[in-house]
Amino acid sequence: MTRDEVYDKVRQVLVDALSVDEDEVTPTATLTTDLGAESIDFLDIVFKLEQTFGFKIAQGELFPENVAQDPRYVKDGRVTAEGIAALKERMPHADFSAWEKNPEITKVGEIFTVDAVVKFVERKLSATAAAH
Amino acid sequence: MRWMWIDRIVELEPGLRLVAVKNVSLAEEHLHDHFAADAEHGESALPVMPASLIIEGMAQTAGILVGHTGQFKEKVILAKISRAELSRDAGPGMTLRYTATMERFDPLGASTSGVVELLDFANPRAGFVEIGRIDLMFSHIDQNMAGVEFPEHNFVFSDSFRTLLRTSGIQADF
Repeated sequence: MTRDEVYDKVRQVLVDALSVDEDEVTPTATLTTDLGAESIDFLDIVFKLEQTFGFKIAQGELFPENVAQDPRYVKDGRVTAEGIAALKERMPHADFSAWEKNPEITKVGEIFTVDAVVKFVERKLSATAAAH
Repeated sequence: MRWMWIDRIVELEPGLRLVAVKNVSLAEEHLHDHFAADAEHGESALPVMPASLIIEGMAQTAGILVGHTGQFKEKVILAKISRAELSRDAGPGMTLRYTATMERFDPLGASTSGVVELLDFANPRAGFVEIGRIDLMFSHIDQNMAGVEFPEHNFVFSDSFRTLLRTSGIQADF
């Protein structure tokens, strides 16, 4: 599957899950701020990605959980170096460069972009292909 | 007292599908307010079942399916109406039939698709006719609301739900 094909399918998943227009879904759009995703929408997106691409997504694999609640990872409203390292390890599909200059926990949603979802799917597809 | 919007569960395939019926009655108070006669605009009363309550009927149907799949251990809360389309009204003397199908079930929640059908006793030979579709998402709230604690007992599946399950002949020990 080409990157364009993956992108088109991811865009359709987001259009369906978030009731947004196709042209709102751009690579740099963030799921929360730009596309209005709330907590249950992330589960909806996971379900729809699994259905569309035929792979299984483990809990916390696409969107890590329990970072904000871990005192080692968050101090004074900012994600610690340890927390950033943990996020990067769990989310190799995301681009942290802009957010980590000022890693406020309330803005962590900025790393959940459409592009991160597309990259996640590409990695999953190539891992699935390698396993066969 | 929980407001129940289904009268009886008529089919259950555990984990897959649940079918329930609702008889719409003129004895229901809300039908008289929706829509009441409006003398000022010369409109006579038009008692119909509010669409929002049809959605609630599907939410209860699908919610029981989701709850039953998790042995009623999870607190199942309606989290999202993914789709709701209804093409005609349901009035007194008609029967609604809700069929909820499990699309996905996960430790965090579930998604269901649903078909709403209507039996109009003015035209019984037509049988149940599809009048809409309602797709929903449910959250297992204890698994989702990090840092928020809910009461231990399962307040979602209260006595009214147990009565409904029992009178529909469904075993549910919880």
